[in-house]
Amino acid sequence: MATNPETDLPPTNHDEARRSFLRQSSLLTALALVPGPVVHAASAELDETVAAAFEKMPLKLEINGKKYKFSVEPRTTLLDLLREQLHLTGTKKGCDYGQCGACTVHVDGQRVNSCLSFAVMHEGKKITTIEGLADGDKLHPMQEAFVKHDGFQCGYCTPGQIMSAVACVREGHADSEAEIREYMSGNICRCGAYANIVAAIQEVKQGGQKV
Amino acid sequence: MKAQNKQIGTPMNRVDGRLKVTGAATYSAEYQLPGLAYAVLVGSTIARGRVSSIDTRAAERAPGALAVITHFNAPKVPGFAKGQNPSQPPTAGQPLQVFQDDKVRFNDQPIAVVVADTYERARFAAGLVKAQYVQEKHQTDMTVGTRQAFQPTQARKNPKSPVADYQRGRADAYQTAPIKLEAEYIIPTEVHHPIELQAVTAHWEAPDRLTLYDKTQGTIRTRNDFAKEWNLPEANVKVIATFVGGAFGNGLHSWPHESAAIMAAKQVNRPVKLVLSREQMFTMVGYRPYTWQKIGMSATPDGKITALTHEATGQTSTYEEFTESTVQQSRMMYAAPNVNTRYRLAALDVSTPIWMRGPGEATGAFALESAMDEMAHQLRLDPLEFRLRNYADQDPENGRPWSTKFLKECYQMGAERIGWSKRPLTPGTLRDGDWLVGYGMGVGTFGAHRSKAQTSARLLPTGTVLLQCATTDIGPGTGTAMTQIAADTLGLPPEKIRFELGNSQFPTAPTQGGSSTVNSVGAAVQEACLALRDKLRQLAAASNSAFAVAQKEDVVLADGYLALTGNPAARANYADLVRQPDDALVTVESKPSEEQKKYSMYSFSVHFAKVRVQPLTGEVRVSKLVSCADAGTIVNLKTAANQMKGGAVGGIGMALMEAATIDNRFGRYITKDLADYHVPVHADAPAVEVLFVNQPDPHVNALGTKGIGEIAIIGVAPAIANAVFNATGKRIRELPITPDKLI
Ligand code: FES
Ligand code: FES
Repeated sequence: MATNPETDLPPTNHDEARRSFLRQSSLLTALALVPGPVVHAASAELDETVAAAFEKMPLKLEINGKKYKFSVEPRTTLLDLLREQLHLTGTKKGCDYGQCGACTVHVDGQRVNSCLSFAVMHEGKKITTIEGLADGDKLHPMQEAFVKHDGFQCGYCTPGQIMSAVACVREGHADSEAEIREYMSGNICRCGAYANIVAAIQEVKQGGQKV
Repeated sequence: MKAQNKQIGTPMNRVDGRLKVTGAATYSAEYQLPGLAYAVLVGSTIARGRVSSIDTRAAERAPGALAVITHFNAPKVPGFAKGQNPSQPPTAGQPLQVFQDDKVRFNDQPIAVVVADTYERARFAAGLVKAQYVQEKHQTDMTVGTRQAFQPTQARKNPKSPVADYQRGRADAYQTAPIKLEAEYIIPTEVHHPIELQAVTAHWEAPDRLTLYDKTQGTIRTRNDFAKEWNLPEANVKVIATFVGGAFGNGLHSWPHESAAIMAAKQVNRPVKLVLSREQMFTMVGYRPYTWQKIGMSATPDGKITALTHEATGQTSTYEEFTESTVQQSRMMYAAPNVNTRYRLAALDVSTPIWMRGPGEATGAFALESAMDEMAHQLRLDPLEFRLRNYADQDPENGRPWSTKFLKECYQMGAERIGWSKRPLTPGTLRDGDWLVGYGMGVGTFGAHRSKAQTSARLLPTGTVLLQCATTDIGPGTGTAMTQIAADTLGLPPEKIRFELGNSQFPTAPTQGGSSTVNSVGAAVQEACLALRDKLRQLAAASNSAFAVAQKEDVVLADGYLALTGNPAARANYADLVRQPDDALVTVESKPSEEQKKYSMYSFSVHFAKVRVQPLTGEVRVSKLVSCADAGTIVNLKTAANQMKGGAVGGIGMALMEAATIDNRFGRYITKDLADYHVPVHADAPAVEVLFVNQPDPHVNALGTKGIGEIAIIGVAPAIANAVFNATGKRIRELPITPDKLI
């Protein structure tokens, strides 16, 4: 919770803080101009609902080729947005601290640890997750190679490994086994399928297919 | 006619590979349930004492908060009320009953669970819970714990217990011998850290019906534990674990977070998901215990071991006695006349450990196999030659014959592949540029266990055979191996087999652990398929007399119809045979035979390591590992080799980097995540060459398997430590071998 400065507020003042936020909000001032009962309702039961709405931000993203409009809390990570709100659970949470790579997605073609970035930081960007890698029923060459070389065991790190592997090849960092190992080291596989993952990446790289 | 193996022994791709590479495989935190709420655990910030008060007001008023449960308001758990925690303790003691009293037994013990309608809100609210404590003096220091070690209750009660003291010949006979060594070895606490965080989704589908989507290695074990805990009929608890994102042992016990999620779901009357943080993975789901060991060994000048003493003290909690087979390998590996072992526990103010891959044997092998290397060095013998001179042709622990043992073959293959002949007898003499180079070996062994298992097999009208079993797959590829076994037993292509697992409502299977799944479930699958053939023959006999007199072995499952070998006229369409869904259904239970007891059944492995050590920085790089296994029949060469490589990588972690460290002043881990607790990454993983003897064992089961999972890691760490010695002349007896120990 250390990443959330809100936790440092004296706990009992929290509701107070929310209300004063509401009072000061210029939008709510505008609301004050509407008929009394509405405002009354807002300050009573709807308080939380209205507050929640004010605490959210609009966000537009293109995910796997599909355009989305959201209203999200600024503290929501891209990873939690994908997993908990869009149910795109192919992107995995392995640490939430940017240390394991299980959450790797592509943002405008770059590999990114989605746990380490807030969703709202990606306004207007194109996100590709593991679910968007295959071409319909036809697997991406990297996915094919992972199956063929058994580049996984439990499969939990796999989506992150594959997204990273695709980026690794695209970046031009897959020219040798040693280079692959170096540039894939942000993706931990606790099952230890490393040798097979490297073999899969090499095959894709050497096969020269478009990735 | 014996079924011909077409699939067994091939490197077939995994049946669930596509699901895993497309992100479609669903793990326990990924089930979408209506009204799903999120729970976050709050842990204690002291290691021992009492919770005097908890201020939950702010958390309760936080946006979206649905409930805050602490020991002050926790719902009554009927199983706890009976005075016993129904979840099985590892051996003795009382597993933690979460939120049932004010006692703090370890740092980060769950003291509250906060439930909210979104994950962010639950996490925020959890940060608002403030606890006050009455602190007591804690003890988390193993150097102190070891001095107060005690014999496990189990051993005191039963001298035949596997953790009781063992002796053949004279005890401690090494002490009076002219050529002897005595050395102490330490492995620190290590943590499983599967990449999937421990997660459970608890759903009360009715007031007396509970479904758990759980990261467990045993759906039946988990079902039974929580049925008892909530006083429910077993049939009313359903446990789903279709995909498990690694576990390495931490799914072998029921843990407080599961009880907390179930309580929370009851309280808010919604399904509740609880995922541990990486930090909580250190404290809430077990770990490999810190273990102190001492080996005493004596030998004749020509390299015969005359006496061996192995002592070990493992860490446990104050409330449960966790034991493991740390000293087992010393009893049976080498043919020494005088052998004794002592196993003790040290209770500290920490959470309870649990078996971690290769469990005690991997810990024990570090001491024994390091000592073997030390003695070989003292005798100026090649360590491989030294092991050959002490090779046990039968089990020296009990005098029984081995069911099979091809360890010599492993030695030979492995030595050749690593280039053992290049190993210098004098350490520190081989260089490659600035780097020192060394070779080392370590032997591993693990019991070839088999337990009772059930499987059902059903012919579907489409001609596909559906098999179901409650077993799990934490990564080895269980479903794939079972598909191969079924395909061969039925004479069908693998596409015609569907194997379903990870559901407690399927026929009962043992927990996936101890390298025993293929031994147990594989046998059940094979027997179920044979029973299905016979069932089909009987069904066909009703309309076609040729089937009535036929043997089940002659039944052929052709494309769309049943046939008989040597009788082209005999045919029965599946559509006619299977009119009701259960017409062609069999469920079998497969058990190990009494005959087995005449044998000692073990898998064996040897690992050879080549390392490079930078003398100025103390950096150790493993440049090559060769792992050879005598594990009986290998069902799938691809997945089995992968499992061996994975074990080798785990062994690199053990040898060179893994250590969970407690700051004893606070009794709290200072390693809190994967940046502090290092596990091997791509750059640490060398080429691993895997070699299998691949000879069936005729006694474990009809398939001839013995098990791989544990022997993949047992012996790897000492192989690396021995190679470091060979490279540098420095003997590191406390893992991990970090650079500071070499410079
Ligand atoms: S979950 Fe993002 S790096 Fe681990
Ligand atoms: S496949 Fe299990 S962590 Fe990589």
